[in-house]
Amino acid sequence: MITFGQIKKAVLVSIWFMFLTFPIMVIRVNPVEHIVEWRWKNMLLVGVGSFILSFVWHYFIRRKELGAQKAELGEWAEAIPLAQRIRSKKTLYKPALVAAGIFALAFPFIFSLYQTNIMASALIYVMLGLGLNIVVGLAGLLDLGYVAFYAVGAYAYALLNYHFGLSFWMVLPIGAALGATFGILLGFPVLRLRGDYLAIVTLGFGEIIRIILENWNEFSFGPSGIANIPRPSLFGIDLSVHNATIYIYYIMIGLCLLTIFVVNRLQDSRIGRAWIALREDETACQAMGIDKTKTKLTAFALGAMWAGMSGVVFAAKTTFVNPASFTIWESIIILCIVVLGGMGSILGVIAGALVLILMPEYLRALSEFRMLAFGILLVVMMVFRPGGLIPNVRRTYKFEGVANDEKS
Amino acid sequence: MEQVLKVQNLGMSFGGLRALDAVDLDVGSNEIVALIGPNGAGKTTFFNCITGIYTPTEGDVLISVKGKDKPKRINGLKPNKVTEEGLARTFQNIRLFPGMTVLENVMIGRHCRMRSGVVGAVLRGKSTIREERAAVEYSYGILEKIGLDPFVNEFAKNLPYGAQRRLEIARAMATEPFLLLLDEPAAGMNPNETKELDELIKRIRDEEGISILLIEHDMKLVMSLSDRIFVVDYGRKIAEGTPEEIRNNPAVINAYLGDEADA
Repeated sequence: MITFGQIKKAVLVSIWFMFLTFPIMVIRVNPVEHIVEWRWKNMLLVGVGSFILSFVWHYFIRRKELGAQKAELGEWAEAIPLAQRIRSKKTLYKPALVAAGIFALAFPFIFSLYQTNIMASALIYVMLGLGLNIVVGLAGLLDLGYVAFYAVGAYAYALLNYHFGLSFWMVLPIGAALGATFGILLGFPVLRLRGDYLAIVTLGFGEIIRIILENWNEFSFGPSGIANIPRPSLFGIDLSVHNATIYIYYIMIGLCLLTIFVVNRLQDSRIGRAWIALREDETACQAMGIDKTKTKLTAFALGAMWAGMSGVVFAAKTTFVNPASFTIWESIIILCIVVLGGMGSILGVIAGALVLILMPEYLRALSEFRMLAFGILLVVMMVFRPGGLIPNVRRTYKFEGVANDEKS
Repeated sequence: MEQVLKVQNLGMSFGGLRALDAVDLDVGSNEIVALIGPNGAGKTTFFNCITGIYTPTEGDVLISVKGKDKPKRINGLKPNKVTEEGLARTFQNIRLFPGMTVLENVMIGRHCRMRSGVVGAVLRGKSTIREERAAVEYSYGILEKIGLDPFVNEFAKNLPYGAQRRLEIARAMATEPFLLLLDEPAAGMNPNETKELDELIKRIRDEEGISILLIEHDMKLVMSLSDRIFVVDYGRKIAEGTPEEIRNNPAVINAYLGDEADA
């Protein structure tokens, strides 16, 4: 229903925007010919554009509020998103899973090497997102220095290979262990912190690792980084660049499946529930007999482990590491993946990583507006779907006389 | 009567503020004891001292463990250790895990009675599955007793207020306590809900054999439930006795209504 009031509101917004953008969009001083150009056409564009945008925006806000009201009255159950509906129906879920699996396996043969390479990068972010999801999404510990563990993994492979000639497959578990160790190292000092304070300390931790790598030349070769890192070999056979890229893609598919498997099992376990309880209410969680220290440290360690592993793959994929790959910006992207995808939701994080990493790649033509699009996407998401693309669903149990549980 | 909890000479200072001063209290087995007092008297501080949220500056909190003659001193233990020892509490302002289902809330209470670790969770071996199933059944059993089984898969935040209060009790009971500490369980409840709560608490005591120590402002509930009442004011214990004795105790009347000379 469009009422007069709504139109009036949109008109006012568009007038306000025309006024605001008047100095930059309309007036142009031409210093060569000493004249002032009046670009009234721009004003019209701004006016019409903001009118439509404001109208659409308010329309969706109203729809959302109406939905919330109805849900409160119990008239209308909250709209179930498509992904959730697919998940809740076994007949749909299984074929969808098989189709996704076939698509993932056939990807390198359908698309070009360039696409495969991009997809492999996106999968690295899927893994990073799933790892951070343990810390932020499940345990509720806001970690802004997650990229540090990624760096630890990447440098572990680069340095161990450089000095000792260790192969990719040997370093992969070492990277995981080192990541977990650094996770615990970070975990100890921040045990008492929460919320904003935790975020700031983890941010500092991430920067410390990067600055050490940048400045400790004898150890990490400074800003120039380490080059010529070998790609992973297949049973001792060195592959061509083309084949190695495809190989890395499959390695990433495998590692992502492993991550999904482990995270999925963890979140429905005793430990996973303890993480969620910690996120929901720290005091109550401890009063119910959960060891806060142990729970936090396992979250940090298990989260960082995946970053360590994906760091190893990253080093092997790019064959070059330097500190510039591990800036705070990377941490923020990974955090955005988790928040945008849906905190605590595995499917959500996968979707978030694919959207956030692939979108900029395919929108290279609009690269100037990349950050703008990114910002708009985040704002719109947080207003309309605060739970993320695919929000987390908690496990439900069915009881019929005797308690037997069934995953829905 | 055998004592399950004995608090001796408990004192707690925050800097210069003396929140509790030489408070003695004891709870016998199968007994319902109430702790009352005007607002700010130190009741919740007392609870926090017992359950390990604060470490008391003086005094002893002793529990008698079954099968052992010597009582065990528990002050200074972390809250989770206190819960493992068998004291479980609820909170004055409800502190559920809002984003978890009702069953999961209760299962958190089972946490300290379960053993499976990270490796067990990932491999999901036979013992883990068995433990998990046992936890689900045990938790469901408690929900049935408390009457929350229709809500089993609801989010805790979506429950009605009275049900949330009862869920807190259910969650505490899942830790298999010998003593349940209830911090104003009837706060904000309507008379009907309060009556149900009255019956529920009595049932917990009679059927589960759990002793109960509660803080409460609703005098009708306190008088109907308690075997004994302790009264604190300004951090000091000013009276103890049966409901009848407390009702007629001049010091208590003064604390609540003010001295006649002041009026």
